[in-house]
Amino acid sequence: MDAVVLAKLQFAFTVAYHFLFVPLSIGVGLVVVLFERRFYKSGKPEDQAASELWIKIFAATFAIGVATGITMEFAFGTNWATYSRFVGDIFGAPLAAEGLFAFFLESTFLGVLLFGRGKVSKKFYYVSTWLVWLGSMLSALWIIIANSWMQTPAGYKVVETAIGPKAEMTNFFAAALNPSTMPRYLHTVNSLLITGGFVAAAIGAYYLRKGIFKDFGRTAISIGLTIAAIFSVLMIGSGHYQAVAVVDNQPTKLAAMEGHWDKGPVPIGVVGWVDVANKRTISIEIPGVTSFLASGSFKTPYPGLNDFKAEDLPPIQITYQTYHLMILIFGALLLVSVGGWLLNRKGKIEKTPWMLTLLMWMWVLPELGIQVGWATAEVGRQPWIVYPPAPAFDPAMGLRTADAISKVVPAWQILTTLSIFVLIYALLFVGWVRVVSGLIKKGPVLPADKDNKAVPAAAKA
Amino acid sequence: MTTLGVLWFVLVGVLLAGYALFDGFDLGLGTLYPFLAKNDEDKQVVRSSIGPVWDGNEVWLLTGGGALFAAFPAVYATVFSGFYLALMLVLFALIFRAVSFEFYAHDKEWRRVWDWAFFLGSALPALLFGVAAGNIVRGVPLDAMGEFTGNFFTLLNPYALVLGVLGLVMFMWQGAAWLSVKSEGELYDRAVKTRSLMAWAFVVLVLLATVVTFLLVPRAASLILAGPVGWAFLALLLISMAWGRFVHGGKDLHSWYAASLAPLALVGLWAVSIFPRLVPAINDDALSLDIANSASSQLTLTVMAIIAAIGVPLVLFYIFLVYRIFAGKVRLGDEGY
Repeated sequence: MDAVVLAKLQFAFTVAYHFLFVPLSIGVGLVVVLFERRFYKSGKPEDQAASELWIKIFAATFAIGVATGITMEFAFGTNWATYSRFVGDIFGAPLAAEGLFAFFLESTFLGVLLFGRGKVSKKFYYVSTWLVWLGSMLSALWIIIANSWMQTPAGYKVVETAIGPKAEMTNFFAAALNPSTMPRYLHTVNSLLITGGFVAAAIGAYYLRKGIFKDFGRTAISIGLTIAAIFSVLMIGSGHYQAVAVVDNQPTKLAAMEGHWDKGPVPIGVVGWVDVANKRTISIEIPGVTSFLASGSFKTPYPGLNDFKAEDLPPIQITYQTYHLMILIFGALLLVSVGGWLLNRKGKIEKTPWMLTLLMWMWVLPELGIQVGWATAEVGRQPWIVYPPAPAFDPAMGLRTADAISKVVPAWQILTTLSIFVLIYALLFVGWVRVVSGLIKKGPVLPADKDNKAVPAAAKA
Repeated sequence: MTTLGVLWFVLVGVLLAGYALFDGFDLGLGTLYPFLAKNDEDKQVVRSSIGPVWDGNEVWLLTGGGALFAAFPAVYATVFSGFYLALMLVLFALIFRAVSFEFYAHDKEWRRVWDWAFFLGSALPALLFGVAAGNIVRGVPLDAMGEFTGNFFTLLNPYALVLGVLGLVMFMWQGAAWLSVKSEGELYDRAVKTRSLMAWAFVVLVLLATVVTFLLVPRAASLILAGPVGWAFLALLLISMAWGRFVHGGKDLHSWYAASLAPLALVGLWAVSIFPRLVPAINDDALSLDIANSASSQLTLTVMAIIAAIGVPLVLFYIFLVYRIFAGKVRLGDEGY
């Protein structure tokens, strides 16, 4: 296999794996805040135990997120050196800002959560949960700024240098708040929080199904379904906002997402298959709806796949299928979160075992939805690593993925490291499952059951 | 070469020095871990002594890497792709290390796995960072496009290995000093002994590094001796060694301060020895990556300076807070591992 394919595979594998744990840590981060808030208000030992269980689950997940996140920070330089030279003037700043504004905040106050219960006041501890979550939300913001610039770059010009072309920043705010930054940020964090809600509901449902730690289980289900329902409803707005950003800025991605071949109004498909060889799409679809959602008119024409050169098109089938799978998953999430929330409000959820069983596994769906959604975003951006900006779509303003890799790294080295990544990440996954399932089985441990004496202030040096 | 370019050369240096100071001691302690911690209780003390801070300490590296990417993209690209296998090794080590704390704490059956992950995850980077630094001082082969033309074995030269061992010993010195601040009883006695041993070993290695630098990289030696900044860092290094060896008089915290001056001095000397280059080309100095040919645009450097002016005080405040909250000896039975 050639180096470009291997470099793409390595990035896809490591970033997809990393992003399995991002929703679990940012989403569960909000759950931690809400559980610690209960203890802060009530002061009851069982509320403390409940919050501590969440903090432990959060910390184990956060650790694997940190570990696999370092890979991403290295990857631009190790595997994508030509890309790094091209975009460094713009792309590096958000990564540095992420470190300064987000990572230091998160890591400092996570230290307080893990070790500081007896050393700081209850209020300080509670505020620390907010700061950890805020730090993780900020980290997502800086990364989405960087990633959105690859999708809809702005605020720059391309200059020639002795070592090749490079993008040079002309306007910081235009670059940072490029046309897709806000829609993509809202859409992304929205999906992370839905996942967190379903994870809380899943653990709650497991306990209720088993008949253990029932108080904890009820609270987790209530908090979890409330989060999941609120953010699933909000997702209608943020998903739409994001789709419009694609329509306006990435015509090839849009055409591939809907398998739209000829210029004309764009339908919305429910399920389908793109017959790429014969240039047609077989689907169950509602005509004109995508056009309507994007422009307010069912008749607004958009260019189709036939209007572009083949070398400028993304892999069509993957883009189409991942996009439609994401939409179907969203439908299921909306249904189950709102339905579950109503059932819980009526006090009937404990008497509905099938719902509990469903909730135990439901969290897998938002994870899958996020994975396929990212696949739509990143595969649909191909063959560009930096998509030429609308409305000119001047190829000289973009960069092709095939031109972006490290020229000095031979294919066998990428294959070697890719294989090691697969092995290490598999081991980490097993380790993580062991730890988290162990924590869940053990359940919330009352403070009285462990030696947890506060350390007097005098112990400080 | 502009003022902003020089400012960012200095700031990247400051971030790397911060990394060497803060993550240095916990990498060093992780390296000493199997030798100093004799039983489960010792292990718990060692882990808990760095538990609340190691993650934040590692952020210095991520921020330094991000700043290098932003301020000198060509350097980030050349070094990370050129040192590919070596950096991947560091990366794999750091991955294992990052999960080893929580996974050790909550998985009794697999403790040996995460014990090894913690040790190797600490020792390998602790050695390889110095090797990387040594290669930069010495210079690496570059072509006209600023691409690295060597291979993995180019990096394993005697000079770089000496600097690798120097770095490793320095980190272990910092780590032992930190453990002496945090531990009690027999573990404390072992920490103090190791601290003293490492301080001596560090002096010996500094002498060796000085000799090989004069012999093998005369450019570095003459740049250091050419101006007041180089002399100031040399003086700082001497203060660190003298204070660390003789003056602390049993004040453990002072021994850690003394050891912590060493990475600041060495990173300073390292920066002076290459300035204004960031990656000297060993084949032809004209091909070196320096501030003038690698820095980002003035606008980017300005924006970054504003970001740093807001962010750095915040970071210093967090550090002050967390080290104050967790000051003093580790007491088992508190929260944590």
